[in-house]
Amino acid sequence: MRMALVLVLIVVASVAFHLVSPWWWTPIASDWDYIDNTLVITFWITGLVFAAVVLFMAYCVFRFRHREGRKAEFNPENRRLEIWLSVATGIGVAAMLVPGLFVWKQFITVPDDAVEVEVFAQQWYWSYRLPGEDGQLGTSDPEYVSADNPLGVNPHDRFGADDVIVEGDLYLNLNQPVKVLLRSIDVLHNFYVPEFRAKMDMVPGMVTYYWFEPIRTGEFEVLCAEYCGISHSFMRGFVRVVEQDEYDAWLQGQPTFAEYAGAVPDPARATRVADRPEP
Amino acid sequence: MADIPHEAEADLPPLEVPDVMPPHAHSWLGKWVFSQDAKYIAIQYSGTAVAIGLVALVLSWLMRLQLGFPGTFDFITPEAYYQFITMHGMIMVIYLLTAIFLGGFGNYLIPLMVGARDMVFPFVNMLSYWVYLAAVLVLVSSFFAPGGPTGAGWTLYPPQAIMSGTPGGAQAGILLMLLSLILFIIGFTMGGLNYVVTVLQARTRGMTMMRLPLTVWGIFTATVMALLAFPALFVACVMMMFDRLLGTSFFMPALVEFGEQLNYGGGTPIAFQHLFWFFGHPEVYIVALPAFGIVSDLIAVHARKNIFGYRMMVWAIVIIGGLSFIVWAHHMYVSGMHPWFGFFFATTTLIIAVPTAIKVYNWVLTLWRGDIHLTLPMLFALGFIVTFVNGGLTGLFLGNVVVDVPLSDTMFVVAHFHMVMGVAPIMVIFGAIYHWYPLITGRMLNETLGQIHFWVTFIGAYAIFFPMHYVGLVGVPRRYYELGEASFLTTPVDGLNAFITVAALVVGAAQMLFLFNLGWSIRRGRDAGHNPWRATSLEWQTPDVPPRHGNWGDRLPPVYRWAYDYSVPGAPDDFIAQNDPATPDPQAVPHGVRP
Repeated sequence: MRMALVLVLIVVASVAFHLVSPWWWTPIASDWDYIDNTLVITFWITGLVFAAVVLFMAYCVFRFRHREGRKAEFNPENRRLEIWLSVATGIGVAAMLVPGLFVWKQFITVPDDAVEVEVFAQQWYWSYRLPGEDGQLGTSDPEYVSADNPLGVNPHDRFGADDVIVEGDLYLNLNQPVKVLLRSIDVLHNFYVPEFRAKMDMVPGMVTYYWFEPIRTGEFEVLCAEYCGISHSFMRGFVRVVEQDEYDAWLQGQPTFAEYAGAVPDPARATRVADRPEP
Repeated sequence: MADIPHEAEADLPPLEVPDVMPPHAHSWLGKWVFSQDAKYIAIQYSGTAVAIGLVALVLSWLMRLQLGFPGTFDFITPEAYYQFITMHGMIMVIYLLTAIFLGGFGNYLIPLMVGARDMVFPFVNMLSYWVYLAAVLVLVSSFFAPGGPTGAGWTLYPPQAIMSGTPGGAQAGILLMLLSLILFIIGFTMGGLNYVVTVLQARTRGMTMMRLPLTVWGIFTATVMALLAFPALFVACVMMMFDRLLGTSFFMPALVEFGEQLNYGGGTPIAFQHLFWFFGHPEVYIVALPAFGIVSDLIAVHARKNIFGYRMMVWAIVIIGGLSFIVWAHHMYVSGMHPWFGFFFATTTLIIAVPTAIKVYNWVLTLWRGDIHLTLPMLFALGFIVTFVNGGLTGLFLGNVVVDVPLSDTMFVVAHFHMVMGVAPIMVIFGAIYHWYPLITGRMLNETLGQIHFWVTFIGAYAIFFPMHYVGLVGVPRRYYELGEASFLTTPVDGLNAFITVAALVVGAAQMLFLFNLGWSIRRGRDAGHNPWRATSLEWQTPDVPPRHGNWGDRLPPVYRWAYDYSVPGAPDDFIAQNDPATPDPQAVPHGVRP
């Protein structure tokens, strides 16, 4: 009796908490509302199943609880019922999986007009690099990292000289799709902005990526979402989504790699990197 | 050592191995310490697992104190916090849950339930425990090592696990952790081979595979899986040890640490993640399948009804076990692996929901038109279904690759896996202890203490982990020592975190009551007598309670039926023991599906 009541209360309390409590996702600032929609579909389907199973249990516990003289029904199996339930479950699962896979396809297909921005992580702070006027990022390697080249940009690569080095907040252009190229030189990190919904690990030795389109202006906090050592929770930063003119003004103020390193690379030593690895 | 003669019985198949009494121990040391009796080994395993589990419980209190009341406790530094979460996770998953289900329940129940006198290799079985104990001691020693235990997170991801930015990374902590895991796997392999061979070879006459109680099916399948999955962790540990000690670069690419180039190059950290999760995902089911099996039996016994759809239940266990080997990379959707893997692993992961759902349906359908005795084991079984359904359903969020993207690495994940492989299996462990304690000790556990224990644990654990999903949904990452000011929060989570911490303290305290009950009832519990739950399976049919060495007196029990003949129409009692030759009126039995 008590157990049946508690089971009902658990369902009621869970649903009420979900609907009424103020803890819900932070308002979205990217075009990944597809992800939010898939998540909401999943909430509905799983919520219904949870309520149905637990309420059914509550009914059984109440209705078939032991009383003097009660005898259970002998019923080893029921093929038809079991197959019917399996098929219904399969349909429910497909209703979540299929939209999920479609959105995943979108998530990993970067549009042609996306601009590239490199996000650079090390214990325990963020830096960024933008392609300069040539529109190409120079190559990089941990072996080039030094005090005046903290990002390890290849000084011999002529594409690298005009790259813009950003220390501090990253500015992004409103409604301009961005492909973030994620690079780390020490441990795993993860570039995560809750309002953008997307995240991806940064793995030393390789360049990972994701893309999104900022759809509203504002200041959004960057968090590291992959454990990276004792100061993991303090590895924060900000991304500012701004209008075009504000973006241009900001960009003017950022140093190029050549300026940053304090030396123009010797053109005689510059090598053209013909086949640049596609991340 | 002597062959025990017995008369041939025409309708029963012969034994696969001759009935041989295992050698009795002659000394006190041989009986109680270096015991080769699976029942004693089971208690040694369980006792050690619970002892180290208490350490994990205290660690969880400490980490919750930091999360609920950040800045209040000076001794919880970031180093200490990460050491707490790492050791809590590792102890709970490996040294408590795996050890108690397989080493504890496996050892106690397999020989008794299949009608064997002992495990087939008693000496190796004993060795298994002692190597496990060594693994636990090495683990404990890391708390006292310079620099303390590793704080790499229980997943031990390189490169950080062996670098100086992580507690214990450049000191002894990580090495002791790896050594302890290697020892654990060696010890487990010895025990695991035993369980498998015993189930396959030492079943008594008439005990066909399709007459085994689901407890045995769950433990057996989990053991086979563990024997296949643990080697992946073993090699990963050895390789990481080489990276750290010998300067190899299995998992280490060219790196810069705090501005200085390190002497590594050419390795890939993602390789470790594949090895880890090739073990790690089956591990979830290594814990879950024994729980599935045990809870099926608890529900059947205490609802006085056969488990609904026995054959489907067996196949679901086997299919889940198989599928769980091809879903591992759903832990790695945002790891940077090739994005096309997402399609494959999301599909396999969601397919696994179907056999899992079938199991849930069959548990609740077993309740339908049952005769439900709300005993303590039944209450815990019901608590298991609620928490398992909850945790299983949130798995559908995380398994569906694109839905995982915003939730991955947040507190949602922490809430999910605690609900599904923490709370749910532990509910089963408690239910199982309340159920089999009368067999092990001959006495019942105290009912009042048990009721308090159940209600606080069940409602308290739900109150901890249900709201935690929403902490993750708003975007709070996991493994955060301190969230601090966070501009993305529309509503602060401080109050919720404090609430969760208080609930965790209360639930933890309730476990002390349970431990007290275990000790108190050994001498003062009500006398259980023979087969107090009126169960059908063989472990309750031993000539002595608790069963003696050799289990069955001078004659192995012949088995005539499956383990679920409850409330059979036409039978005088509401249960017929597996070794009872009485045939109920065949007309009264609905269809001929009873194995």
